[in-house]
Amino acid sequence: MSDTLTVNLTVNGEKVSRAIEPRRNLVDFLREDLQLTGSHVGCEHGVCGACTLRVNGEIVRGCLMLAVQAEGAVVETIEGVSDSGEIADLQEAFHERNALQCGFCTPGMLLAAADLLNANPGAGRDQIREHISGNYCRCTGYQAIVDAIEAVGRKRSGQSS
Amino acid sequence: MTEKSPLTVLDRPNSFIGKSVSRAGAKRLLEGRGTFVDDMTLPRMVHVAFCRSPFAHAKFGAINSEAAKAASGIISVVTGRELAEYCTPWVGVLTHLQGLKSAPQHAIALDKACWQGEAVVAVIAETRSQAEDAVELVEIDYQELPVVADMETALDDATPVIHSDLGDNLCFQREVDIGEVDKAFADAHCVVEETFNFGRHTGVCLETRAIIADYNPSEEHLTVYLSAQAPHMMKNLYAKHFGLNEDKVRVVCKDVGGSFGIKVHTYPDEMATGALSIMLKRPVKFIADRLESFVTDIHARDHRVKARMAVSKEGKFLAIDMDDLTGIGPYSVYPRTSGIEANQVINLTGGPYTIENYRANARVVFTNKNGMCQYRAVGHPIACAVGEGLVDAAARAMDMDPVELRRRNLIPDDAYPYTYATGLVYEQLSHHQCLDKLLEMMDYDGLRREQAEYRDKGIHRGIGFASMIEVTNPSPAFYGVGGAFISSQEGCTMRLDHTGGITCTVGVTEQGQGSDAVMAQVAATAVGVPMENIRIVSGDTDVVPYGGGTWASRAAGIGGEAALRAGKALRENLLEIAAIILQADAAALDIQDGAVVDADGGTERMPLSELGRIVYFRGDTLPKDVQPELVVTRHYVPKAFPFAFTNGVEAFYVEVDVDTGFVKLLKCWVVDDCGTIINPMLVDEQVRGGVVQGIGGALYEECLYDERGQYLNATMADYLTPMAMEMPDIEVGHVETPTKDSELGAKGVGEAGTTGAPAAIMNAINDAIQPFGKHVSDMPFTPERILKALGKV
Repeated sequence: MSDTLTVNLTVNGEKVSRAIEPRRNLVDFLREDLQLTGSHVGCEHGVCGACTLRVNGEIVRGCLMLAVQAEGAVVETIEGVSDSGEIADLQEAFHERNALQCGFCTPGMLLAAADLLNANPGAGRDQIREHISGNYCRCTGYQAIVDAIEAVGRKRSGQSS
Repeated sequence: MTEKSPLTVLDRPNSFIGKSVSRAGAKRLLEGRGTFVDDMTLPRMVHVAFCRSPFAHAKFGAINSEAAKAASGIISVVTGRELAEYCTPWVGVLTHLQGLKSAPQHAIALDKACWQGEAVVAVIAETRSQAEDAVELVEIDYQELPVVADMETALDDATPVIHSDLGDNLCFQREVDIGEVDKAFADAHCVVEETFNFGRHTGVCLETRAIIADYNPSEEHLTVYLSAQAPHMMKNLYAKHFGLNEDKVRVVCKDVGGSFGIKVHTYPDEMATGALSIMLKRPVKFIADRLESFVTDIHARDHRVKARMAVSKEGKFLAIDMDDLTGIGPYSVYPRTSGIEANQVINLTGGPYTIENYRANARVVFTNKNGMCQYRAVGHPIACAVGEGLVDAAARAMDMDPVELRRRNLIPDDAYPYTYATGLVYEQLSHHQCLDKLLEMMDYDGLRREQAEYRDKGIHRGIGFASMIEVTNPSPAFYGVGGAFISSQEGCTMRLDHTGGITCTVGVTEQGQGSDAVMAQVAATAVGVPMENIRIVSGDTDVVPYGGGTWASRAAGIGGEAALRAGKALRENLLEIAAIILQADAAALDIQDGAVVDADGGTERMPLSELGRIVYFRGDTLPKDVQPELVVTRHYVPKAFPFAFTNGVEAFYVEVDVDTGFVKLLKCWVVDDCGTIINPMLVDEQVRGGVVQGIGGALYEECLYDERGQYLNATMADYLTPMAMEMPDIEVGHVETPTKDSELGAKGVGEAGTTGAPAAIMNAINDAIQPFGKHVSDMPFTPERILKALGKV
């Protein structure tokens, strides 16, 4: 397993290049090779959503994609979207509504929520619940998360209309 | 002339008690800037992975690790016997659980594995993936042994004994017999009887168990970074079993990704990691993967309860008689033991009611499955479901409204203090007030009408209730008296910094529930400063006062009172110095919004930053005999009652699809009385999160084992947990009955939701399918079980 491949990609706006094992999955690559520890590993089999990332504009499970598959891709993580301010309103709403407890699911949950609101800021509670139904949260029971996403969606659609 | 009752600290100007303040500590988590254990890397750190027994019960002889040792990146391959030189075994018993027995348990099995997943060999490598690769290369010669998989037959003569030294598979038994149970049943107008089964489930913390042990041989000092709830408890156990001076052990809990009771126990693989760090003289990291979590994180519930209740013609509950059996795996878990859950079940069943005759038998037996121990709401969901299930069975049998039957039996709100049949002492509960409020919130009469309308259309909706009590704020009666070094007291140290900021170190720990936030609210209120002036430090045994940590719904009530006392003491010290500086009477001054003010009128006299500047940098300007003390520490341990009981009531409205067996949760209401509410938003979120964990146990979650003790669904795809789509909105209301044992008056709330949800859901399902003359009592209520009950499969 010592054979490596070189992967070149853009992560949070920075070009990176690393020689890695082909078996390295994307979230391990981000966490261990780039020290971007904001993306979390919850199940490593694509169920829990804690490792949700954005690759070329689409959210993906970082544990179900190999890092070498991200050759040439544009990857965004919670660190990137926090620094850019892109999801500041969501983060503020989550904070205000206490839509997180332990915070382990939160980076993935926020990226899933941002994905929904970018496509459909007017999403109703059922649509919100459906969209985040691949993101496991053991602490909150989800209601506060739905409240926070709904509040941001309302604000955003109010601003755009 | 009537005298006003004296103002308490809760009435102070600018009080933050009762305010929904957002958690300062949540911001880093929202940006992915928290520090969970796996986010940390130390110099020279290596990783351990374990060979785990594929068999539930097996002896093993020769271990061939030559190929593993030769693999890339391997530092060492260590067997149980080798590691035993560095870590002594433990036995999970407590003296106050009389007769409880267990066998010595090693960090790594010596020659026999007792459950599928028990660690048998440790492989240490430069990376986790290298360690996992080499795990595959270790050859272990296993000889399978007969498996004790069924708790029902665990005590039979024909069943092999797991630990021959113990003589049998009985870990613990307790019987209680109060009043005249047989007479009560003989005199009864109605007797209802039911067997309840509670599936084995587990916590599924999203952050798996995680540890970095860093032993420094030059100072014989061990630092452990741990995802856990009770750092001081673990510090003691590391010292004890690694043979270290406890003063040279430091446990640090940074961000913890969910715990729920899972992370308050001693885990063999974590002990192995600590011992390996000592052996290898370098930092060792162990992060459980999800499979390891399922097969080694403690499981809970897995009880079978046969129970009956006697009821008079007037609907008065006369007696309960029950038999509880639970299978806890091969060892009683250390140091809290695996006897507590069954003990709680037989202490708490029927607890909201005036029942005078009570008989219960609990047996806790060893099995070759993963260990069971305390998980959120320990025993409560079982006790509540048994009691509330019997209540609804009685209501059905007597054709009474379940609410009316509860009203006739709930302990009257003016009957306190009240001692329940099992000896539990309730200071002051509010069952009737809570029920009244709940019925109003849910519009009970309207809901019954709606239910009838739907029933006419062939849609089967049901309403279910659960009145509940919850053990919170435990005193030393819980663990301390049994000989465990698990503290029931809490401490808070507060320091005024020269900036006017206040740094508080607290013994309670933060796992997401908002413990740091409520400590900050209490501190800010008690001293008289804005929230942003408070900084809370928790989780580091080198820094914080000695405390128990956060479990058993104790942080707000016990930790909060310690913070309150520290804050008051610091304010007193600050006012004393301020009075000297201002040449005023300390009694005429107050601290509000971060400044010393005139108590009368509130005119600002001096900001605390000015006081800090003078004390810290210009002590020369103060009188010669004045040595200011701007750091104080205060502690608190509950004294008046063994536990501060809380109470509440939950209701569920569900729809059962009688063709598919699916249960749709339409709505949930909860009214809880946790005494003084420090932060209403956080309390509501504790209730909601708790309810949803209760829903998991009621509808989805079950660790399934086959007859060979093989765990069949140890993945997150197969072990179902509550997800957003299926969860209802949950409406939460409150009644506030503060405990008089503390000035703060706060009781716990972390486990209330989990306590009542399974019972209320069971009753709602049974209400929905009542027209079919059927009912269910085996959790989780899967579609298959519901269809079976309906006779459709």
